[in-house]
Amino acid sequence: MEAFATALPALSDAWALISQPIVLGYLVLGVVMGLAVGVFPGLGGIAGLSLLLPFMFGMDPVLGLALMIGMVAVVPTSDTFASVLMGIPGSSASQATVLDGFPLAKKGEAARALSAAFTSSLFGGLVGAAFLTMFILVARPIVLAFGLPEMLMITILGLSMVAILAGRIPLKGLAAAGLGLMIGTIGEADAGGSLRMATYDIPYLTDGLKLVIVGLGIFAIPEIVSLLRQDRAIAKGANLGAGWMDGVKDWVANKWLSVRCSLIGVTVGIIPGLGGSVVDWIAYGHAVQTTPDKSHFGKGEIRGVIGPESSNNAKEGGGLVPTLLFGIPGSGSMAIFIGAVALLGSGDIEVGPAMLKDNLDITYSIVWLLALANVVGTLLCIAASGGIAKLTTIRFTYLAPFLFMLISFAAFQSGQNFEDLLALFVIGLIGIFLRRFDWSRPAFLIGFVLSNPVEKFTNQAFQIASFRFRKGFDAGIEYIFSPIVIVLIIITVVSVVFGIRQAKTIMAEGDVQSGSKRAPMIFSLAITAYLVMALVNANMIPDYNMTDKVIPLFVGGCSLVCCLILLAQMMRRPEGDAIFADKEIAGEDADAPYGLWSTLAWFVALIAGTAVVGFILALLGFLVAFFRIRAQASWSKTLILTAAGISLMCFMAGILNRDFPPGLLQSAIDLPWPIGGN
Amino acid sequence: MTISTFTRRAVAGMIASLGLALPAAAEVDFSGKTIEWVIPFSETGGSAKWANFFAPLLSEALPGEPTVVVKFMPGAGSTKGANWFQKEQHKDGTLLFGTSGSTQFPYLLSDPRVRYEYNDWNPVMASGTGGVAYLNAEDGAKFDGSANMLQDVDFIYGSQGATRLDLVPLLAWKMLGMNVEPVFGIKGRGDGRLMFERGEATIDYQTTSGYLSGSAAMVEEGKAVPMMTWGALDAGGNVVRDPTFPDIPTFKEVCDATDGCETSGEEWDAWKAFFVAGFPVQKLAFLPAGTPQDVIDTYTKAFEAVVARGDFADISSKRVGKYSVFTGAGAQTALGTATNVPDSAKAYAVDWLKEDYGVELK
Repeated sequence: MEAFATALPALSDAWALISQPIVLGYLVLGVVMGLAVGVFPGLGGIAGLSLLLPFMFGMDPVLGLALMIGMVAVVPTSDTFASVLMGIPGSSASQATVLDGFPLAKKGEAARALSAAFTSSLFGGLVGAAFLTMFILVARPIVLAFGLPEMLMITILGLSMVAILAGRIPLKGLAAAGLGLMIGTIGEADAGGSLRMATYDIPYLTDGLKLVIVGLGIFAIPEIVSLLRQDRAIAKGANLGAGWMDGVKDWVANKWLSVRCSLIGVTVGIIPGLGGSVVDWIAYGHAVQTTPDKSHFGKGEIRGVIGPESSNNAKEGGGLVPTLLFGIPGSGSMAIFIGAVALLGSGDIEVGPAMLKDNLDITYSIVWLLALANVVGTLLCIAASGGIAKLTTIRFTYLAPFLFMLISFAAFQSGQNFEDLLALFVIGLIGIFLRRFDWSRPAFLIGFVLSNPVEKFTNQAFQIASFRFRKGFDAGIEYIFSPIVIVLIIITVVSVVFGIRQAKTIMAEGDVQSGSKRAPMIFSLAITAYLVMALVNANMIPDYNMTDKVIPLFVGGCSLVCCLILLAQMMRRPEGDAIFADKEIAGEDADAPYGLWSTLAWFVALIAGTAVVGFILALLGFLVAFFRIRAQASWSKTLILTAAGISLMCFMAGILNRDFPPGLLQSAIDLPWPIGGN
Repeated sequence: MTISTFTRRAVAGMIASLGLALPAAAEVDFSGKTIEWVIPFSETGGSAKWANFFAPLLSEALPGEPTVVVKFMPGAGSTKGANWFQKEQHKDGTLLFGTSGSTQFPYLLSDPRVRYEYNDWNPVMASGTGGVAYLNAEDGAKFDGSANMLQDVDFIYGSQGATRLDLVPLLAWKMLGMNVEPVFGIKGRGDGRLMFERGEATIDYQTTSGYLSGSAAMVEEGKAVPMMTWGALDAGGNVVRDPTFPDIPTFKEVCDATDGCETSGEEWDAWKAFFVAGFPVQKLAFLPAGTPQDVIDTYTKAFEAVVARGDFADISSKRVGKYSVFTGAGAQTALGTATNVPDSAKAYAVDWLKEDYGVELK
């Protein structure tokens, strides 16, 4: 009761602060900028906020907050465009949306998918804000109740979603997740600094692979290449079916799913250290489990869009709790946000425990600015979705070069290395083969995303638990099996049992035909060989760095067993068995007029060109050649499109103050930006 | 190393002579130019905060008021960015580079990935911070200004890694005879504080800004007991009480009061060397090798003007802490103290890291 006595006046102060026209003006400005940045995959809130930072110094706090929050809030909304329309996961928040959103776009229902997604986002954002208004006053002890064992269990719950997404052959799904986990361990270990599958001679590998690159490589590249080979529009027959009103109706029909997923989003969001990586998978899993007819998932089930999209905006609200109450950023953009808040006004607002005591009105302003930004952003997005959905009716050959351009630029932004492009290509190749042989790509990505948290929480929880056990058996047990952990274990077990039962009906890759043994066998052997290499490599880590080798050895060992069983089955079963799924046997890919390698060669050419003359010059050549030769466009069309592409790149990079990948030419002579740069 | 240094110098010389052949500008003016301040960390770290604080002030103070943008080049714990900067040569004075303790430590420890040499660069500004160690309430009751009653307690500490800034607290606790078990792999000191607040860790340390914004409240509530600061340096290079925390004893005082802890000798020298590199001279701004003196002077003047602002003490204490900012010759001296560690101290630290944590630096 006492809490409410302090909350109510603060709440009305907050409303007075944010309902000024000028504040709303700044909010809308921030939202528009956020939308512009957010539609570019891989840039997201960090790039946008860095852009705003120079203006924050001494700015009126409420205005600065409105601008920044407007920007941060809409990034998870606007990156839905890329994930639904092009199958490109823009950020970790939109990975699960790709699974059903993109198939909907292929069916010509992009507008429906988009508006359902945006309505869910809006609702999720509002639920998040309402929940936080109450919860933020009592949040501290609850956040503190989530120790390392609890976080480990939530991570494992996220991993258990692999059971649902494993595909027709569960062993393949498991092995894919294992491979993802192993690829996630590449680089310098967090705990002891040992190198796994990396060497100091290739500094790029010591930092490990970035999520943006793996997400783009696993989901975007295989889809782009496949569509380009078929030489058609994304929407089959280039027809748009259901419109944006249908999406809103879909949301109304599934409002309770949206409520539940929003609550999942807020709750997981408030736990510091987990952030967005698991939320959308847990929400997707929940959507699958609560849908009676699961046969449409992966092929364009609207509930598969509504679930994750409701959770990912709610998560942003939840993520404010650790940020504001503890001063611990829940994500990269939140970290910049904290830094920027210190620059505002006279620097009196200090994010951290004092926030609730001294600045409760500001705290509430932040929560509700977030909600308002969601409303504004969603309305703008829904208004635009009908028009933007028309992109899916354009002949894909005209879109593809721009997508190659965008994903290369996005990949480069993650590490500012030329190697980023190589990594994108290699992971893209893995993605292409996973897709071709019907190994679950979502399972791979879940494995990769959760690799670091699994390893970190396991090691740390183990260390602290063994310390407690030294104090006494009871103290140890009490630490590991807290009530929260027990509840999470039950949820995990239930979801795995359900998941395994349902997995066979959920075919993320559609119905894949099977054919001869040779190609699928070679791919399985290649994965097995990599796992063996990784195991040998992990085993070479000296024993005093046990923490760095335990997880790779355990996960690698389990995955290897899966692969070996799989290989044994492959030898025994006849050709044409489901285990030999191969997209090149029959279906869209097999009937495509263009071959895989000749299509991929275009992308290789862009990368190779970049290595020699730098990105912009290579892009120039790539676009001209592609439009002339592959798309058979007229010279005038070619030149207009090329000019449009190059100027878009330069404009974006110029505003955001970003460089382009340099080549040999740039290291030999200094050239002016945009051709040169660093 | 010597050959590459020679080539580098030769190239630098050639470039410099080319520069001389052109008519030299009367004075440095940056009107209409953009100055890039490269930070070898991600957008989210403390160095980003530091550069973002100084960038707009520097822009106002430089002649011609150029735009100062902060660029990030993260990778390999800042060695990637520093190795890159090593290859950069003076062009037109529009490149500035920022380093922190995480760049200094691998250099001091002769990390094999380090291909940079601090002495080639031109420091124009240096600033520092302090640090406070604290205990949980239960063990804090046993603290009486010395660590004598803490020597049979097992502590847990959330750590970012023994070769990072955490080297300073870990070595200090070891010298006090305390048994502190680090749990490695956390991402920032904020995570360490959270671990402490959850009761999973029982000892913690924060840099000044982290302590003031997060831990001071715990101390007020009686959930934490401050143990010691790392101290600050006076003009003579002696460790004295931290001006931000005049009431908390320094590690030096606690060490003096504790049985078996010495404030002289090889162990102490090693600790002090790494303390100086990690705290009082934590962050430095550099101009690249080969920068002509007039450009260095321009920057020095600009940073002096920033520090001389009437409101500087006020705005900086809230954003980067109440510590000295060194400019010009002061920055050069600061760099000297931060990067010149006696070989014996270096060897001691390397041996200790290997013995206690299995870290092999090769």
